[in-house]
Amino acid sequence: MGRGLIWAAGVLVAAFLLAPILAILPLSFSAGSFLFYPLPGLSLRWYRDFFGSDFWLPALWNSLVIGGAAAGLATVLGVPAAFALWRLRGALRAVVLGVVLAPMVVPVIVVAVALLLAFGPVGLVATHAGMIVAHAALGVPFVVVTVLASLEGFDAVQLRAAAACGAGPVRAFLRVCLPQIAPGVAAGAVFAFATSLDEVVVALFIAGPAQRTLPRQMFAGLNDTISLTTAAAAAMLVVVSVVLLLVVGWLRRRAPG
Amino acid sequence: MRASPRLASALLTAPLLLFLMLSFVAPIGAFLWRAVSDTEVAPVLPRTIAALAAWDGTVAPDEAAFAALVEDLRAARERDRAGGAGGIARAASRLNADRPGFRGLLPMTARRVEAPFEGPARAAVLAISEEWGDAETWGAIRRAGGPLSSFHVLAALDLRQDAAGRVRAVPEDQRVFGTVLARSLWISLLVTGACLALGWPLAWLIATTRGWAGTLLLGAVLLPFWISLVVRTAAWMVLLQREGVVNAALGGLGIGPLPLMMNRFAVVLAMVHILLPFMVLPLVAAFRGLDPALPRAAASLGAPPWRVFRRVTLPLCLPGIAAGCILVFIQALGFYVTPALLGGPSDQMLAWFVGFYATRSVNWGLAAALSLLLLVAVGVCVALYGRLAGFRRPGAA
Repeated sequence: MGRGLIWAAGVLVAAFLLAPILAILPLSFSAGSFLFYPLPGLSLRWYRDFFGSDFWLPALWNSLVIGGAAAGLATVLGVPAAFALWRLRGALRAVVLGVVLAPMVVPVIVVAVALLLAFGPVGLVATHAGMIVAHAALGVPFVVVTVLASLEGFDAVQLRAAAACGAGPVRAFLRVCLPQIAPGVAAGAVFAFATSLDEVVVALFIAGPAQRTLPRQMFAGLNDTISLTTAAAAAMLVVVSVVLLLVVGWLRRRAPG
Repeated sequence: MRASPRLASALLTAPLLLFLMLSFVAPIGAFLWRAVSDTEVAPVLPRTIAALAAWDGTVAPDEAAFAALVEDLRAARERDRAGGAGGIARAASRLNADRPGFRGLLPMTARRVEAPFEGPARAAVLAISEEWGDAETWGAIRRAGGPLSSFHVLAALDLRQDAAGRVRAVPEDQRVFGTVLARSLWISLLVTGACLALGWPLAWLIATTRGWAGTLLLGAVLLPFWISLVVRTAAWMVLLQREGVVNAALGGLGIGPLPLMMNRFAVVLAMVHILLPFMVLPLVAAFRGLDPALPRAAASLGAPPWRVFRRVTLPLCLPGIAAGCILVFIQALGFYVTPALLGGPSDQMLAWFVGFYATRSVNWGLAAALSLLLLVAVGVCVALYGRLAGFRRPGAA
């Protein structure tokens, strides 16, 4: 009896998690212009609206550019740091790790307001560069944590073997270590990209009209009357999220250990 | 000759640390510094502040302070005209945050004392406004004298200092932030409790089910985990609005339409939905780490199911449960978007007020003090989490 009850409860909770998302996806294909069921018919008019619009398409583009650049920056900075952290021990490691992981726990509203204040005098408010720097800082802990985890499965003796064969430390890292942890590095980059793609609070405070990302544009749409174009934008973000989830799952299976 | 590995490692972390220093640590530090620094009034009224140093704060100060005020305001008018710096306006805005009315009082007094007058400064200034006869007017100037002050931090705690320097609770009808803090903690607690209650059975199923069913259930947790917070909030708006899906369904049953949005219910419901994966994943890890032989051994020794749960299963899973709870609680405390979109005015949490004071009322000191409050609360939770679970990302999601 107990097991049946747990099954019922668990399945209900899983349905609670999925239902809201599944409920809005079909609405974006509605031929009508209202957000309820039954649908008057199916059409792609809201997607045409999205791709023909003067602000949705640039928002999608902004999201991809800012997310890609932020993920790239976070990866370039995060991978060497993770490699170093993997070898560090003791108090130094704790301090560095504390600083690196801080963006994960500091409430993002504090980051947003602090950056608004700090970026103003140096001219980074309402610029792509400002958004990229901010999103890279928020994404970097995910890169470091993911790469650190994949380094757990890497045997350090190989580096010594490479050194014995005459490879310098940089060459040993690039030719021996990096190929083996590549899935972890890629997963970290995807995490950083997803963090940027999801982020809206920093964008609310420091992005100008030319830096509006997709979630930021959706936020504006939600404060107004919700249009079905917003539902189409949401549906597209869901598809991107599913793709990212599958990519990370695929990378995880390729990871050593 | 090779560098020591320790030094090389330290150097490899340097670019990232430098980047985070510039883009994260320094901006937040500079922002939080505003909670305790007070620099707007001192450059405008230096002589007045010096004259008030030895004042006892019981009645309006003597002639010396009035004369210093007149001298300061004349010099400040001169500077504002020469450089267009707006020093008086900034000082007035800061003083207004302490004592409403100052925004008009200070520029007006500055204008009126500019022309030379006969006799004592005290009489001339009092003739401009009776306000200058009130000790609290002068107390506000002294409190803003800087360079450090406790004014904003006290304000964030619904406290203030009177002219004589005693710390008092503000009058009942002006208290704001105690309620906001209590509300933020309460909503976060409610969300954490609901996540634990809902997450438990699902996590148990995922941890104990093999094959495709378990994978499917795990997918049901991971998929929303990856979907944008704004999208999930939007989904709830579509479901809960007045002409929304839920009300349409209820209408079919002859109920409603009910006001499901812009209230506490909607905020908590959506927050539970958004944060539930952060509870389920650590719980799954905890349940998977549990040796199934132990509860079975307890049962075979004659313990009834409830006792097995309370004495064996629960204590063994407690670190994972605590980790999930703290993780959800920390994130709930800082929520901004979901209450802003789904809640009414009385459902906004600390984060909303931080944003409000930073941008709409441009009171950086108060925004910083509220941030400090939020960070202290989060810091306590992080310390607890570090104790209980170590600093690992749970669930390997």
